[in-house]
Amino acid sequence: MDMKSMREYVCWLYYQYLLITGIYVLEPWEKSIFNTVLCTMVAMVIYTSYVFVPIHVRLALEFFSELVRGQPESTVALMNSP
Amino acid sequence: MIRTDEHHSCKGTPMCHSDQKQLQSNSMKNGYHKKEKVQKNGKGDGFHQPRVRGEDSFEEAPMYVAVLTYMGYGIVILFGYFRDFLRAVGFEKCHQAQEREEQKDFVPLYQDFENFYKRNLYTRVRDNWNRPICSLPGPVFDVMERVSDDYNWTFRLTGRTIENVINMGSYNYLGFAENNVDFLKTVAEETRQYGVGVCSTRQELGNLSTHEKLERLVAEFLGVESAMAFGMGFATNSMNIPALVGKGCLILSDELNHTSLILGARLSGATIRVFKHNNMQSLEKMLKDAICSGQPRTHRAWKKILIMVEGIYSMEGSLVRLPEILALKKKYKAYLYLDEAHSIGAVGPTGRGVTEYFGVDPNEVDVLMGTFTKSFGAAGGYIAGKKELVDYLRSHSHSAVYATAMSPPVVEQIIRAIKCIMGVDGTTEGQRRVRQLAENTRYLRSRLKEMGFIIYGNQDSPVVPLLLYLPGKVGAFSRAMLKRKIGVVVVGFPATPITEARARFCVSAAHTREMLDKVLQSLDELGDDIKLKFSRHRSSYRPELYDETDFELDS
Repeated sequence: MDMKSMREYVCWLYYQYLLITGIYVLEPWEKSIFNTVLCTMVAMVIYTSYVFVPIHVRLALEFFSELVRGQPESTVALMNSP
Repeated sequence: MIRTDEHHSCKGTPMCHSDQKQLQSNSMKNGYHKKEKVQKNGKGDGFHQPRVRGEDSFEEAPMYVAVLTYMGYGIVILFGYFRDFLRAVGFEKCHQAQEREEQKDFVPLYQDFENFYKRNLYTRVRDNWNRPICSLPGPVFDVMERVSDDYNWTFRLTGRTIENVINMGSYNYLGFAENNVDFLKTVAEETRQYGVGVCSTRQELGNLSTHEKLERLVAEFLGVESAMAFGMGFATNSMNIPALVGKGCLILSDELNHTSLILGARLSGATIRVFKHNNMQSLEKMLKDAICSGQPRTHRAWKKILIMVEGIYSMEGSLVRLPEILALKKKYKAYLYLDEAHSIGAVGPTGRGVTEYFGVDPNEVDVLMGTFTKSFGAAGGYIAGKKELVDYLRSHSHSAVYATAMSPPVVEQIIRAIKCIMGVDGTTEGQRRVRQLAENTRYLRSRLKEMGFIIYGNQDSPVVPLLLYLPGKVGAFSRAMLKRKIGVVVVGFPATPITEARARFCVSAAHTREMLDKVLQSLDELGDDIKLKFSRHRSSYRPELYDETDFELDS
């Protein structure tokens, strides 16, 4: 029962996607081409973000934490030298 | 203004002193200057009050709708280029007309945007237009079912008929497209007497007595001196404007005028300037510029300035601003050509058109033009006005001199329709229909607004455009409505701006409340299904309006 209404809802969402992008008027093989291209691009975006985003986030966090740690050290050095 | 003129005109004559005193006392009698009257109530019996016209609404869609529309068109155009490439390379057969091999080096015939659009966008959704009908276009009609095996390049009829489809597309405003035997008795009589073909032009041997009767009746119906009827509505505009204006004249035409007016203006050879739709400041500025600077190179005065407007604009449903235009016309001494194709019979308390709706004397409009196609259920057009104008057109208009005269059954249909509306035939059927049309229009428009659709136009116009915007939804809407047994007309690019595709409903007096309710219910469901309710001015939900009380007040 729930599966059926879920399926209907997903079908309705696909219909909205067809109408909004204008794909609704195209022939089935053209629809397939467009869907393939779109899915490929989305897959590439997901893959790139999966591979690179954690590394970049870690590097950014290291950079900012070094800034914060570096500040008290340099002030201590300044105070020590007369 | 008038006082000073009178003052000056008396200067030279010996008897002017006493006259002057009298004139002064006369014009100062009421204590104020006699200014130009904006609108004159021609009837004078106080029944037809000058009506304040409601505002036209042209609500703008939210920004995301415009963005999505452009995106949709962009994607389909990209695919269009892809398909054109395939056709050029030879992978795919080209179904449309193509130049021959020998002509490939000449100037290309099919490369412009119009042909590209037709090949790649219009053909994909072509099954929503030119649907064959096999009954009369009354409030319900029968549509022949047709399918296409190769994506709308060719069609074949399956042989089945879709019956009792509600007709929301025909210009049947007063419901005269009917085949009721009682109403058509006189038409049958006339056909028996005169036959169907006239076989001549009005000027030669085609001027039948029915034509004269019709013209007198039309003049009486409109309240003008004289009228002339032509066989074709489009030709009435395109063939008569060249007879009225020529080189050295100026035509000020509204932005959204019909093709027949534009064609007539171009054929005449006059200079054409376009003012923004219903915008009186733009029109006044153009009039001022025209009178100050005159003709383009020689700066001579214009021979004639003709303002061309329509009563109801068929794609927007907006009404003309007639009182303001009449004021401008009087001030700058221009002429007015009013095309009442959709408004005659459909607006006004007794169906006399926009002049009656605004309470204006029809003799103030110089040329009144209209068609019999829409409200009268016949074919043809008329031009009405002063007797000199119509007599001039009888001999100088191309349509009058060369076109075949109107067919007698059609003439009789118009005569009986006009008699019905005027009430001359002894029944109140005509007035009932006019009132029913106004009621249906108000009902449909208010309910659609409540539901949250974007509707253009004036609240009293029976033409109701419902905006769809996205190219994908245009085809889906029309097909889904036909599946629900409602026939609608959707309009897309060349007739409307590219981002404002719409469905146009034409309300009819023959529609019953149940039919309108069925249409509204289907639109409600479809609006939620396809997401068409873009309006941001949604009013609060109101309960159903009851015609009569069906609950007991004291039980």
